[in-house]
Amino acid sequence: MTLKTSLLRQLAPWSLPILLLAFWQAASSFGWLSTRILPSPWAVVAAFIALSASGELWQHVQVSTLRALSGFVIGGGLGLLLGLLTGALKTAETLLDSTLQMIRNIPPLALIPLVILWFGIDEEAKLFLVSLGVFFPIYINTFHGIRAIDKGLIEMGKSYGLSAGGLYREIILPGALPSILVGVRFSLGFMWVILIVAETISAQSGIGYMTMNAREFLQTDVVLLGILLYALLGKLADVLAKGLERVSLRWHPSYQNSH
Amino acid sequence: MNNDALEQQALRQASAGQGLALHLEALHKAYGSRPVLERLDLQIEPGEFVAIVGRSGCGKSTLLRLIAGLEIPSAGSVRVGGRSGPGAHPGLRFMFQDPRLLPWRRVLANVALGLSPAERPRAQEVLAQVGLAERAGEWPAALSGGQRQRVALARALVHEPAALLLDEPLGALDALTRIEMQQLIEDLWRRRGFTAVLVTHDVAEAVALADRVILIEAGRITLDERVNLPRPRHRGSPAFAALEEHILNRVLQRPGSAPQEEDPHPAAALDLDALRWAV
Repeated sequence: MTLKTSLLRQLAPWSLPILLLAFWQAASSFGWLSTRILPSPWAVVAAFIALSASGELWQHVQVSTLRALSGFVIGGGLGLLLGLLTGALKTAETLLDSTLQMIRNIPPLALIPLVILWFGIDEEAKLFLVSLGVFFPIYINTFHGIRAIDKGLIEMGKSYGLSAGGLYREIILPGALPSILVGVRFSLGFMWVILIVAETISAQSGIGYMTMNAREFLQTDVVLLGILLYALLGKLADVLAKGLERVSLRWHPSYQNSH
Repeated sequence: MNNDALEQQALRQASAGQGLALHLEALHKAYGSRPVLERLDLQIEPGEFVAIVGRSGCGKSTLLRLIAGLEIPSAGSVRVGGRSGPGAHPGLRFMFQDPRLLPWRRVLANVALGLSPAERPRAQEVLAQVGLAERAGEWPAALSGGQRQRVALARALVHEPAALLLDEPLGALDALTRIEMQQLIEDLWRRRGFTAVLVTHDVAEAVALADRVILIEAGRITLDERVNLPRPRHRGSPAFAALEEHILNRVLQRPGSAPQEEDPHPAAALDLDALRWAV
């Protein structure tokens, strides 16, 4: 009885999507919906099977993932470094923070024309845009994470003989970590959005290129497959970030009931 | 950096077990134009247990923070074990009003904070001394308020301090936990012989623990009372009650009686009704 209700409760959120999918398949099968507007779900599955069998799909996914991750490492690493610097050193804050806050207000995508002029349509352009996009969420959250650390803990650490390095390792970094991880989750979402736009505008490979290419040949099933892949990769990144939070914030009361 | 660590260790060893003498001379502290402490002189002998009482805002916590080197005096000098100057004496440990445990370190790692790898095994020992050996692997968030303060006490004692400064560490605890903690602090102080300075606004606590009770009013010492009751002290005894009443009256500025002679037969039982809280 309880097993049955818990199973029902787990399945309940999926009932609406499944119903919609069934309706959509029926609409395409009975010809109510033109495949030029929307292919049937089964056609998307078939496109997935065909493209992954030829290896083409995996090559595009690999290229896009590599672009996303290298942009994330460069932009996120710089954001973390500068956030740690401005958060901990007053002089660094005075020198850097207002400049960075000004640049933050420029949407990275507004720079696309300039970026194309600078880098052409090569890898550097996409790397630059993604790095810029992930930089700010991580920078700002690192900065605020350090600022929000209980001053009493830092005073305690100093009076208990911790060196500057020890203070960073024992108090400042772990204290700022919850905030830094919020920044990581934000920037992971942003990372895919920027990559999608960058790849759609100009690319010779990657998921964005695959969908734009398919559009030229009216292969709506491949276009839809590309969109679904982006959604899936975005979700995957979020799940990974959540896992990271769960592992590194085990001490936090809000994570303690879920171990 | 390395030299500094060696020097600190040498100082700590030299002062271990015997307690540090504290000399405050013409100590003055003001925040802006508002004076908190005015030309204050105080001598504390090595190994002595001194309680500082007073109303809130009288400057007693500031005095403790000045001794600890957490604040810089506006004028006058603080000499800890014959040493004055910026920064804290390495043989000195401060216990704060709140436990200030690192929530992201387990209990044992909190106690071992600031210890070199070779000294780390001591953390488990001291944790056992405060009665929390079996909680070593837990997060601070899983402990009660009294247990957290006991971990903070272990963290202070693991450095084998020659002087322990306590800034109302029991203020937030319930009455029973307080008495337990007071007994624990007294016990560890008697065994180790460090100098202890306790800031409190609980006169009964001051009388129960201290060799000397000092009252600070408006930034000055206005009472310096020796407590000659034998240890362990019994709160129910008439001598205890009389001394407590005397100091309390002085704090509240009520005309009161002088302390009476010691009772030769102190009551054996701990009488909770005799507990009184000042202010």
